[in-house]
Amino acid sequence: MNFSETGNNLKLMLIFSAVILTMPLWLAPIGAGYPDLLQKFVIFGIFAIGYNILFGLTGYLSFGHAVFLGIGSYTAVWSFKLLTMNVLPAILLATIMAGVAAALIGYISLRRSGIYFSILTLAFAQMSYNLAYSVLTPITNGETGLQLSQQDPRIIDRAFSTAGEGLPSTELFGISMSGYSGFYFCAVVLIIAFFFSLKIFRSPFGMKLQAIKSNQTRMKYTGFNTRPYLMTAFIISGMYAGLAGALMAVTDPLAGAERMQWTASGEVVLMTILGGVGTLFGPLLGVGIIKYFENIFSAINEETLHHLFSFLPGFLESLMVTITAPFVGEGWHLTLGVLFMVIVIFLPGGIMEGMDRIKKRFRHQGDDNDPPGEGVDQ
Amino acid sequence: MDAIFLQLLNGLDKGGAYALIALGLTLVFGTLGVVNFAHGALFMLGAFCAVTFQKLLTISLKVRDTSITFFEAYKEQPYLEIWFGELGSTIIDWALPLSILLTIPVMLLVGLAMERGLIKHFYKRTHAEQILVTFGFAIVLQEIIRHFFGANPIPTPAPDIVSGSAPIGAWLGLSESLVYPWWRIIYLLFSITVITLVFAFLQLTTFGMVVRAGMQDREMVAMLGINVERKFTIVFGLAATVAGLAGMMYAPILPPDYHMGMDFLVLSFVVVVVGGMGSLPGAVAAGFLLGILQSFASMNEIKSILPGIDQIIIYLVAVLILLTRPRGLMGRKGVMEE
Amino acid sequence: MSNLVLNIKSVNKTFGGLQALNDVNLEIEEGKVHAIIGPNGAGKSTLLNCCIGRLIPDTGTVTFDGENIIGKKAHEINQLGMVRVFQTPEIFPDLSLLENVMIPAFAKRDGAYSLNIFKAAADEREIINEAEKMLNELGIQGDHVHHHAGSMSRGDKRRLELVMCLIQHPRLLLLDEPTAGMARHDTNRTIELLKKIKERGMTKIIIEHDMHVVFSVADTISVLAQGAIIASGTPDEIRGNPIVQDAYLGGAHL
Repeated sequence: MNFSETGNNLKLMLIFSAVILTMPLWLAPIGAGYPDLLQKFVIFGIFAIGYNILFGLTGYLSFGHAVFLGIGSYTAVWSFKLLTMNVLPAILLATIMAGVAAALIGYISLRRSGIYFSILTLAFAQMSYNLAYSVLTPITNGETGLQLSQQDPRIIDRAFSTAGEGLPSTELFGISMSGYSGFYFCAVVLIIAFFFSLKIFRSPFGMKLQAIKSNQTRMKYTGFNTRPYLMTAFIISGMYAGLAGALMAVTDPLAGAERMQWTASGEVVLMTILGGVGTLFGPLLGVGIIKYFENIFSAINEETLHHLFSFLPGFLESLMVTITAPFVGEGWHLTLGVLFMVIVIFLPGGIMEGMDRIKKRFRHQGDDNDPPGEGVDQ
Repeated sequence: MDAIFLQLLNGLDKGGAYALIALGLTLVFGTLGVVNFAHGALFMLGAFCAVTFQKLLTISLKVRDTSITFFEAYKEQPYLEIWFGELGSTIIDWALPLSILLTIPVMLLVGLAMERGLIKHFYKRTHAEQILVTFGFAIVLQEIIRHFFGANPIPTPAPDIVSGSAPIGAWLGLSESLVYPWWRIIYLLFSITVITLVFAFLQLTTFGMVVRAGMQDREMVAMLGINVERKFTIVFGLAATVAGLAGMMYAPILPPDYHMGMDFLVLSFVVVVVGGMGSLPGAVAAGFLLGILQSFASMNEIKSILPGIDQIIIYLVAVLILLTRPRGLMGRKGVMEE
Repeated sequence: MSNLVLNIKSVNKTFGGLQALNDVNLEIEEGKVHAIIGPNGAGKSTLLNCCIGRLIPDTGTVTFDGENIIGKKAHEINQLGMVRVFQTPEIFPDLSLLENVMIPAFAKRDGAYSLNIFKAAADEREIINEAEKMLNELGIQGDHVHHHAGSMSRGDKRRLELVMCLIQHPRLLLLDEPTAGMARHDTNRTIELLKKIKERGMTKIIIEHDMHVVFSVADTISVLAQGAIIASGTPDEIRGNPIVQDAYLGGAHL
């Protein structure tokens, strides 16, 4: 229920900002406090928040959002190459370009709904991937991916200074955007992005999107032209994806076609669902958990497993290693797939729904009062 | 003229694969009402049945290579060859067609298990949830295959006797130099056969009649007291087997790799949508049509005017159809028209 | 002669070989409750769908306050002031009761599309107050307005739907079998609500089977049989009309 006074917003934002900005501190004890991982949390968080505005609020399942991610990355890198290493023009242009692409793809895809919409986005995703990979290679540099080079014009930069040795790094008015400073920049962007999504969730606009998901026919007969609403949600979520893509390039200035594959969209769907689709905090929770465990699981190899099970007798140890081996290291995707299935089958409302159910058990109140996963003020 | 005919064959060939996969997809969607994002993975499984069978037949023993005399060399000799000599070698050569012995039971089993264990719980749930859970399952299948077979494509050759090219130019009175690989012709004939068998089954058997009725009106059939549940399981098993067979026979044409399922999945959904979701003849027709279209689009003459068109032509057509004629080429009117 | 809110002239509609509507003429006067009754299959739903833009008649015109509405989209017709209630109550099951009533209010105030992101829904005091007031009339008070709408009974959903229509102050309210599937006490509650609405002088078209409802609230009754209007008049005129009794073939007791 999006019924909270505006005063609450301020309190929420303060707490949220504090939590995000101190992430390096409280994540350090569990080994997650280093810049690379922190940046991933924040960037995917932005992607997932935006995706949730479409999938969570309107129920439209898009497989094409990875396209906007890719466009954001490519645009940002081109901005670095042509204009300046300053990150602000890069992310601005990237967000705008992604928005334009979303407007085009959305205009066509939203002419249908349900599974036809999903397949349309699927088709666009695959098309874009193919184009980026082999056709639009002057722009995307195909398989190799787009990278910085010494020969880049960087018009704006050159006007103010001469080219130095080696490749420059992305910067914000002199502050290099790698390492922790890169993280803090992304964190600030996340806070702003979250605030915007908070506004949407609690606004009449957000309520209307949820109404569309609940009963689109009713909305039309109530006097709403649902198409512009869906377009707006689509474009906004596309812009979030573009922003995330740009930030990926900010922290690591390259862009590749794989980012645009439809299966990459699958990852953000999983994160959104795991956390709780349609809730404020769900997506962030999902991102945090997935990225954290990805980090851990991918690093485990057979040796570590043997270490782990070394307290067991010989053949039991080998047995355990054989059973768990497929799920770690490269097999992290297998774990992801299984997790995906488990969540969709048993807990479609994600962790937020799980928390809700636990709360209800302790509260013993009537069931009607607390509908699960409805943008509840957590 | 030759080039055009070649591309036509190419297209029919590829189209055959598309048609077979789309056929299974449509059966499942039309009868069970389920969107199965794991269907491409079933195609992949079939291909890997072929791979497995081949590996099984070629389990070898390390023997001394007597042909090399100046140092101790060893080679791998398949048990089949050791035990049965010439016959053994022939069997190994024919591993691929023989793998049907493995593919059919495996795919049937997988299909039945999948339906009973997973799909049937999703009949009443939304399409989005069906998509997501089958997508997850596809990833699981894919990763399991990757774990056991590695990430690289595994060449699975056809029997020697058909590994060359047939002089179709000579047969059809066209230019003498026109040749086409034997196996691809076989694949085309194979896909047409399977499609015909499936249609025959649906048209001529009682079971098939019930399935067709169910595709028209699922509720009605259930209300008539027919045991829909069992029919669903069998239909799904059938669809899985068809997809698996399509994959198995395709192995010599495209070396199986763990990712091929996802690659074919998008294509197959596009085919189904173009043909009309819920229309079996539509799925088949669209499969062949799009295969041919894609083939012609990859001709050099076309590519020089519209670079990269072959990559995107299918999707463009799908978008066009979805916008102008949402029920597809042959879908029922009123299905999904907003 | 009072204003004509809805004017249906010479409307014909055929489906395949079946003539669903046969030269139908109907005038709906302002402020009146106009009931349309008729045996099953008479074409009532078809007529309704022609009025609200869902079906396009083969011939004839349908004008609303003088403006032609054939072929207009659903949301456009609503914005013009014609609001309909569905045969099966259509509400927003995932939202709360209050939100269900607020949404139509937004449509009325802000139009078919508005990007109001920056003000919180909770701060829309005017609309919240109006919505709460309307829910109070249904007997829903205080915290109950935040109840989940999907878990209500069918009768409650129907009344919620009516309230959702009323908050839009429609020029014309179309009710398609509002008491369908209701038990006696439920029907009575709905009749009470309809009577209350009638007091406000709202123009209404009701399609109904339940004669008790029809004769409790209708000012004018038109009888539709086999696609044509066979009689039109006051309840008393219709009650005694032999043609009408014939058409029902011993159906409802008039």
